[in-house]
Amino acid sequence: MADSKFPNPHEIETIPGTEGWERMYPYHYFFTTKDKEREEYENNTFWFNDALHYPEPLYPFDIIWDEAWFLALSQFNHRIFSIPPVMGVDHRIINGNVYISPVPVTDPAEVEKRIPQFMERAGYYYENWDKLLEQWEGKMKGIISDIENIEIKPLPELDDISVVKNGLGTSSGYELLKNYDTLIDLGIRCWQYHFEFLNLGYASYVTFVDFCTKAFPDIPLQKITQMVAGIDVILYRPDDELKKLAKLAVEFDLVSQIGDDTKDVEAVISDLSGSDNGKKWISAWDEAKNPWFNISTGTGWYHQDISWNDDLNIPLSSIRIYIDKVSKGKSIDRPLEKIQAERKLLIQEYRGLLKTDEDRQTFDQLHGTAELVFPYVEDHMFYVEHWFHSIFWNKMREVSAIMVEANFIKGQEDIWYLSRSEIKEALWDVVTSWATGTKGYGPLHWPEEIEWRKGVYQKFKEHRAVPAVGTPPEVIAEPFTTVLWGVTNESMAAWAKLKEIGDPDKVNEMEGFAGSPGVVEGIARVCRSVKDIGELKEGEILVSPTTSPSWAPVFQKIKAVVTDVGGIMCHAAIVCREYGMPAVVGTGQGTAIIKSGMKIKVNGDTGRVYIER
Amino acid sequence: MKKRQDYVLWFEECDLQSIPLVGGKNASLGELLKAGIPVPQGFAVSTKAYNLFLEQGNIKKEIFDVLKSVTSEDVASGEKASKKIRAIIENTSMGYELQDYIGEFYRRLSKKCNVPAVPVAVRSSATAEDLPGASFAGQQDTFLWIRGVDDIFKHVKKCWSSLFTSRAIYYRTKMGFDHEQVEISVGIQKMANAWTAGVMFTINPASGDTSAIAIDANWGFGESVVSGECTPDNFIINKITDEIIKKTVSHKTILYTRDPATHSVIKQDVPGERTDTQCVVDKDAIALAKIGKKIEQHYGKAMDIEWAIDKDSPGKAKIMILQSRPETVWSGKKVEPVMKARSSALAHICAGLIAGKKVN
Repeated sequence: MADSKFPNPHEIETIPGTEGWERMYPYHYFFTTKDKEREEYENNTFWFNDALHYPEPLYPFDIIWDEAWFLALSQFNHRIFSIPPVMGVDHRIINGNVYISPVPVTDPAEVEKRIPQFMERAGYYYENWDKLLEQWEGKMKGIISDIENIEIKPLPELDDISVVKNGLGTSSGYELLKNYDTLIDLGIRCWQYHFEFLNLGYASYVTFVDFCTKAFPDIPLQKITQMVAGIDVILYRPDDELKKLAKLAVEFDLVSQIGDDTKDVEAVISDLSGSDNGKKWISAWDEAKNPWFNISTGTGWYHQDISWNDDLNIPLSSIRIYIDKVSKGKSIDRPLEKIQAERKLLIQEYRGLLKTDEDRQTFDQLHGTAELVFPYVEDHMFYVEHWFHSIFWNKMREVSAIMVEANFIKGQEDIWYLSRSEIKEALWDVVTSWATGTKGYGPLHWPEEIEWRKGVYQKFKEHRAVPAVGTPPEVIAEPFTTVLWGVTNESMAAWAKLKEIGDPDKVNEMEGFAGSPGVVEGIARVCRSVKDIGELKEGEILVSPTTSPSWAPVFQKIKAVVTDVGGIMCHAAIVCREYGMPAVVGTGQGTAIIKSGMKIKVNGDTGRVYIER
Repeated sequence: MKKRQDYVLWFEECDLQSIPLVGGKNASLGELLKAGIPVPQGFAVSTKAYNLFLEQGNIKKEIFDVLKSVTSEDVASGEKASKKIRAIIENTSMGYELQDYIGEFYRRLSKKCNVPAVPVAVRSSATAEDLPGASFAGQQDTFLWIRGVDDIFKHVKKCWSSLFTSRAIYYRTKMGFDHEQVEISVGIQKMANAWTAGVMFTINPASGDTSAIAIDANWGFGESVVSGECTPDNFIINKITDEIIKKTVSHKTILYTRDPATHSVIKQDVPGERTDTQCVVDKDAIALAKIGKKIEQHYGKAMDIEWAIDKDSPGKAKIMILQSRPETVWSGKKVEPVMKARSSALAHICAGLIAGKKVN
């Protein structure tokens, strides 16, 4: 790795005007030279920017999910399943960007000791996968129903008489504190569940990948994934619902009403309620909302990633794209039969090429397990990042409304500039002053602090994060890290190369992962978020930081995709493979280098993108 | 009644059943075509044509009289007889009927190939390859870049006369085979006028991956690739999905082509504008790989194949398979399991996790 030097984490300079930014985040996230041992550890470790989850700097509140998975992933690796060679994944923050690093078990004797523990514990999960997964779904549905039932109520002038008559013994102020705690607790708990199966899922997948690449050194990673990927994946459901509604609109002869894009969702619904067919369509639409419209327009990791339910115009405009296709007689269905047939063919043919009985046995064992666990790897996101998070963010907005009411913050969206513990403290300020009948201190403190934090955050956003800091190891082999973030030697070297060039206007070739095969040339359209997809024209190439299920309809319009982050299993890669269009994912800085209107060539066979200048 | 098919047959009309008539080489070309493997076009001149020639020229008796004097003890007698017989055959003119059959097929071949007086290879095709010694007949006798009917007739006769090389005569005499029982057919096949050519393996020779097909290609004839004089373009193609997995376009400096004046093969510098240009388009590389799969299926083993993309032939016929032989390097290796067999997926997962760490 001599050619890819990354900065010393302790020498990253503070962006002028952001001095003191550290107080926005938990204190244990910082690189420090205060202690020799910690300094050395930090220097000799390779930390890469987790741009997959965080394409933008973190808000002080939104770091809740980072803390949640810092704990959850690490504990399952290290303290629950005792994965022999890896402990947890450590986290740091620089200028609002999160850097992570897997922590290996370095002592061979310790690795040895962990093996029987792992075999017993992980073995139990693999053997009882379906039963435990069913239990998991029950837990997730329970937790979602719990969060839906939390009531964040404004503080009344006088508590209700029932408090007295029922001998309740607690006040609305206390209830607010308690409910806030419950809300946060449910969030953290949800993320505990998130990792219950995930690491084991990846471990099984990685082992299958390892076998396949040993048996077939030239096998593209995407073919291995195709052999284990589920066909009936929950993440496709929201999009399937839109397709169903589009077909229904055509069938009921409602195209002119629903398809009229000058009207917003309220106008369309009121239009439709005038006819029987319209009413039928509305009831289908309402039925789809829960749970399928709890799909985030982003990854669900940020508060600003609103869900379809938060803005029903988003699913409506997607339905319009589908209506247009259906009206023109084009198929909008996923080519399920083709996908299934191709999957079957791959399994059969690769297995058929194996030369020994031992290999066929290993293939069957590993393929069987990978196929068993893979649906979870794909499906868990709907429950956690989409469904749960969508509700969570809105409950937090109810908390925010109370703080706005008390003049602690100026606007509802200001709450994200406070950490969750600061919010707790501020709520204490709110309820004690409410209880006492005095003025809280909050209005004197928070508005000013938030103004300053907004300035800092803006500067973070304008600043491009370094892809990695510290010392890269010879080889990165930690399975979760490689699969999830696509960090391998090659991509690091490629990122380092890009960094060296410095001037983005001079780059005319980029490397990422070959996410989906094929070669296509066309005009680039850079969309930083799903809100920009309206600008996409038929036949353009989408260039975006990442994509999520709510981007699904754009895949009907475009002919290739380039993303900044993501490995072979990212959403863009999966969807492109289904649609048979090329994708290059994990280019590092695609959106920074490519500009809308540029002519680019996307080679999904080799993972390269060429820019015509 | 005489029929055209008794004397001249398109390769498409040949198969294993017709070995007595067209010989082994021509029959196998017919079999390849039936399996959907494109070989350069051409036709067989049958053993019946050879017999008709002997009859019409009235030379049969003369030839076998000469052979009567040959003994296995006297090597010189065989050499003398060979010289004499070959002169008789080569100096006897072909009957008009045979000339018409062969001449007409040659003209039709030229038309099919879209080349006036198309250059061809003329080579003998023995009927009894399994008969030891019979393979001596004409083994060396392949004549390249032959053009025009007169030269064709001349070289067909040379192939016929190759039944009577001194070695062949000596061998048959020694083994006690009847000289009259041995017959010969001749194949006339378009010369591949390669625009691009090279080698294809139905296994990746670098990694041993049986799910991959590897293609090396350069401009001109395949000699530059076979001899290793040039760094070829390289394609790795997934055998299952027919997708190009990896492609390397190299800097190609020399090529072999034909000197139109001398009809010999000459070495040239690659013209500047073509040195860094991909010499096989993706579509053709994939089509080639599909043919490679068919050849592998046909022979039931990994194959090493010489191919060319023809300058003359229009459309789909442009890809031509010139030679195929079994791959030897990887096929000769002892087959070992990829991974040690283990009792369960979990045992593999655990071992895999630990091994993953050791790479650090």
